[in-house]
Amino acid sequence: MSPGLYGVLAEFRTVEELLAAARSARADGYTVEAYSPFPVEGLGEAVGFVGNRMPLIIFVGGLAGGAGGYFMQWYSAVVSYPVNIGGRPLDSWPAFLPATVALTILGAAVAAVIGMLVANGLPRLHHPLFEIHEFDLATRNRFFACLRSRRGGLDLESARALLARCGAMKMWEVPA
Amino acid sequence: MVVGTRPPVSRDIGVLAAGWRYASISDKIADLVLTRRAGWRWWLLFLTTLGGTLVFFSASAYLFAVGVGIWGVNIPVAWGFAIGNFVWWIGIGHAGTFISAVLYLLRQRWRTSINRFAESMTLFAAGIAGLFPILHLGRPWFFYWLMPYPNVMELWPQWRSPLVWDFFAIATYLTVSLLFWYVGLLPDLATLRDRATTRFKRYAYGLVALGWRGEARHWARYEHAYLLLAGLATPLVVLVHSVVSLDFAVGNTPGYHSTIFPPYFVAGALFSGFAMVLTLAIPLRRVFGLQDFITARHLDDAAKVVLVTSWIVLYSYAAEIFTGFYSADEFDVSITIERWSGAYAPVYWSMLACNVALPQLLWWRRVRRSVPALFVISLLVNVGMWMERFLIVVSSLHRDFMPSAWGMFYPTFWDWVFLFGSIAFFVWLFLVFLRLLPAISIAEMRLLVDESATEGGR
Repeated sequence: MSPGLYGVLAEFRTVEELLAAARSARADGYTVEAYSPFPVEGLGEAVGFVGNRMPLIIFVGGLAGGAGGYFMQWYSAVVSYPVNIGGRPLDSWPAFLPATVALTILGAAVAAVIGMLVANGLPRLHHPLFEIHEFDLATRNRFFACLRSRRGGLDLESARALLARCGAMKMWEVPA
Repeated sequence: MVVGTRPPVSRDIGVLAAGWRYASISDKIADLVLTRRAGWRWWLLFLTTLGGTLVFFSASAYLFAVGVGIWGVNIPVAWGFAIGNFVWWIGIGHAGTFISAVLYLLRQRWRTSINRFAESMTLFAAGIAGLFPILHLGRPWFFYWLMPYPNVMELWPQWRSPLVWDFFAIATYLTVSLLFWYVGLLPDLATLRDRATTRFKRYAYGLVALGWRGEARHWARYEHAYLLLAGLATPLVVLVHSVVSLDFAVGNTPGYHSTIFPPYFVAGALFSGFAMVLTLAIPLRRVFGLQDFITARHLDDAAKVVLVTSWIVLYSYAAEIFTGFYSADEFDVSITIERWSGAYAPVYWSMLACNVALPQLLWWRRVRRSVPALFVISLLVNVGMWMERFLIVVSSLHRDFMPSAWGMFYPTFWDWVFLFGSIAFFVWLFLVFLRLLPAISIAEMRLLVDESATEGGR
């Protein structure tokens, strides 16, 4: 048992090994983090990632942008500063559409980026894994799996044994 | 070692040459930024365009001090080069987002190695485009009146004006393009951070990489956000130039007042944008030795898009002529004939030569595979598109309804300074980009290595 431990990190050479390691570690009840230099299909499921809320966040952002944008134009043209131009309707909605469409897209796009960053816990200046020098390769050519230490601690022996079985090239104990 | 645990090696799939691995492809692209020294050619071009950029900004200062009278614009032709340049640049700034977003949604793999620099091109071109309407204002220091903000005058923008739509469309386009570009850059900035050798570079790239680590959950959200950003940017590509065209089409000036304008402008934008992609890709792959990533296939495909869009542009020219005569409107007919035989006829026929006749050479595979021919064609298409924008802006204004209101536009020295100064500024920005950021998306290239190795299996 080891307090003050972030987890056990293991380095793999291929996508297949990382996927297999993530799956078997999860099957054994570990909390797994998997790191890859490019998006790997199925890795999210393998580490047990469910409930991706990105579509909802982006939808709400777009809705807020569009509704807010239209409301702004309606309020300014009908309530705040009505101008009678030959008796034409004040709420001239077709003319309000270009800005409404633009603001809908703007709201959704800003929500997508900010939502993605916040949900991922970014931006972040430092992370325990950055203490491991070889972890630099996670953005180049290597695949890493990290079995997280939980409140009850982590059984280092069995964690190391499991990662070694999956073909880990090298392992580190990462301090928290 | 267990069988089947070797990292994959790419196969030749047309858009990527064989023999590349995750590591080698990452190092190749990252080291262009991190370790490659700038050669004398880069410095020469950098200093030349820096000079041009300084001229551009000095000329802007002079313009702000003296006023738009330094240009050839006057009544009746109150819109001259500045508005033509604006439409031209915003058109060039279309291909990047089209490549990034539309080709991403269509799963076109030849997008992968050209999207990053095309997006950068888009940002720079759209940013420069945004300057021109401001430069063209009589009182440029009040440009922010286009924005809705609480003010003591208790005034609002005129929501029914295409100029206000334009402001919203372009501001949104710039912001969304910037976000899309930055999100795409995040994993690559992390690669640069982890590979940088000096402390300063580690910190600099580390700060802008925002702590990206490539965790599986992060990638899952990232991919979702990226896909939806692509979906959001797609209608924006169409929206922006359509709204720009409404600046003209909503007016009742003969030659402006036409429903063909929105699709006509969008097609022209893609046409000139892809030509500019070719103009930039050809020297880029040669100077940096990127022929394995930006292959003959890429140039061929981009050339095909240029060919197709040149036909859409031709259709628009034909539709304009047809509706001019079909309307039987005296003024529409006369402006059409004026374009063929009037004062600006040489520009019109040169435009047809550059935009319609010349691209037909691209029917031949030999031309599409010939790098020098493509380079010359892409440059001339850009020239042709500039002439088109000039004609749209000027030719209608110089022959209004009343012969007493007719007049000519002659560009002055300063008109040319602003055109060439903006081109120098664009090239300068692009050169700076090449030195600071990876010109090709590294993360997507690694994925492409993976895909090319696993598929086919031959």
